[in-house]
Amino acid sequence: MKHILKIVAQRIALGLLTLFVISLMIAFGVELLPGDLAQEILGQGATPEGLRVLRLQLGLDIPPHIRYLDWLGGMVTGDMGLSLANKRPISELIGPRLSNTLFLGGFAALIAIPVALILGILAALYRNSLYDRSVNIFTLTSISFPEFFIAYILILFFAIKLGWFPGISNISSELTFMDKLYRTLLPAASLTLVVVAHMMRMTRTSIINLLSSPYIEMARLKGIKPLRIITRHALPNALAPIVNVIAINLAYLVVGVVIVEVVFVYPGLGQLLVDSVSKRDVPVVQACSMIFASVYILLNLSADIISIVTNPRLLYPR
Amino acid sequence: MQKTLKNLLSAPLSAKFGMVIIFIYLVIAIFAPLIAPYGEREILGKAYELMSSEHLLGTDNLGRDMLSRLIYGARNTIGIALITTALAFFVGSLAGMIAAALGGWIDQLLSRIVDIFMSIPSLIFALLILSIVGTAMPYLIGTIVIIDSTRVFRVARATAMNVAAMDYVEVARLRGEKLTWILRKEILPNIAAPLLAEFGLRFCFVFLFISALSFLGLGIQPPTADWGSMVRDNATLISYNDITPLIPAAAIALLTVAVNFVVDWMLHKSSGLKDVN
Repeated sequence: MKHILKIVAQRIALGLLTLFVISLMIAFGVELLPGDLAQEILGQGATPEGLRVLRLQLGLDIPPHIRYLDWLGGMVTGDMGLSLANKRPISELIGPRLSNTLFLGGFAALIAIPVALILGILAALYRNSLYDRSVNIFTLTSISFPEFFIAYILILFFAIKLGWFPGISNISSELTFMDKLYRTLLPAASLTLVVVAHMMRMTRTSIINLLSSPYIEMARLKGIKPLRIITRHALPNALAPIVNVIAINLAYLVVGVVIVEVVFVYPGLGQLLVDSVSKRDVPVVQACSMIFASVYILLNLSADIISIVTNPRLLYPR
Repeated sequence: MQKTLKNLLSAPLSAKFGMVIIFIYLVIAIFAPLIAPYGEREILGKAYELMSSEHLLGTDNLGRDMLSRLIYGARNTIGIALITTALAFFVGSLAGMIAAALGGWIDQLLSRIVDIFMSIPSLIFALLILSIVGTAMPYLIGTIVIIDSTRVFRVARATAMNVAAMDYVEVARLRGEKLTWILRKEILPNIAAPLLAEFGLRFCFVFLFISALSFLGLGIQPPTADWGSMVRDNATLISYNDITPLIPAAAIALLTVAVNFVVDWMLHKSSGLKDVN
């Protein structure tokens, strides 16, 4: 047990270190520019006065390491400074959008995980069957589709042709929960389609790997019934790889959400990020990237930790 | 020559389909100016004209011929994706092989840097960089090369690691061969097959990635015709039950599917798996 705790502690420390390095990259990426950021944003037509004001706003007058510490402290306490574009506090912009994005991502995950696991396990069990092969073709195809293609196909059929769902998901806090679900269904379905293919393929591979291991063969040779092999021998050991697959794909959702939000004009963090990039509102971009990167790293970290904790071999170090 | 031909003929139907599609795309991309009925940037009529014999796919949001832009788009989108993938491959596989051949602190350093880059979601990283440096083409390509070469590095290092541990590499080292010799003559030939399959996968990734960025308005900039931005520019047509904006998206999807089918077959072959039935 002590051994496991040590490994887990190491992983957490490594995760925090990664987060720290990424925060450095996000904060100091700006320094890569030949001039400074104010010059770059204002371009050729910059007046000295405009430059001076923008430099003050960006905090370019204080030394970089102090600016970084200020920024990091602000990120942790929720005071992220002001947006360049509309001078509003960034935390005010991000707050409601973050919860919308989490709502969308959570909704998609709730549909995607059970579907992907069941289909993936079935494909592994009936390997090389007609079902498995058609699943393979289907998943390869949908992995190859750009996210926006899937989203627009859904809009075309379910919003325009059938008229069942709204094609634009403008949700606000006044809506009831059911209304929110209804309006989020199409974006969530597009995200699900994007993720299910990946998740299913990974589930299939990890289950196949497991089924080819010697102890499963042993069980089979002993004459144990297939169902019992699955429930007693395979599934307990499959837990770690499956949880791993889930966490990796949830991390993937974090990225997919950006494009789907733009297609559906969904008021989430991804859309804010894209808008801010085109406006070159760097403080907002930094804050959003930091949030996305943190969620992504935390999900991957938990995948790591879960697979360590559920690995019985690590309980007894040699 | 005969052997390759036989190999190609023995490919499963999906891989053959993939190869045919890739070939058609390449022909369209290379001969775009000969095939396209109008110029890439010519404004020929009103915005959003319907499909007609004059404009087979109608016109886009600025009155340019949709079909011509689609054809030029093949050239631009595939071309830029190919250049980017090739650069990323050059950087990534070279660094990966060096890390595997030298080992020690160089390997450690490169691997840790790659770890850090890979722990940031690629889209977020690209958006961050593009918001700082702007969306000019060299920056766009450079950003994606950085992101993608880390993925190539992983694969190249892992496969080269297996080869570098072989006795004949050891012999070459003892013989006093230089690093470039070992990389070129001992390691590269033995990892070429998996790297080729990886090239296909990376191309798909880069192609989808550039399209996604263009779709977000942050990739290939107008007036250059490009499939991702064509979807974005004409997206409003969807709400009038018009499928035109879906055509460039479908063009992206079809090529990626085709490449994936071929890669799937190549991976299956190189992994040495035999079909049970």
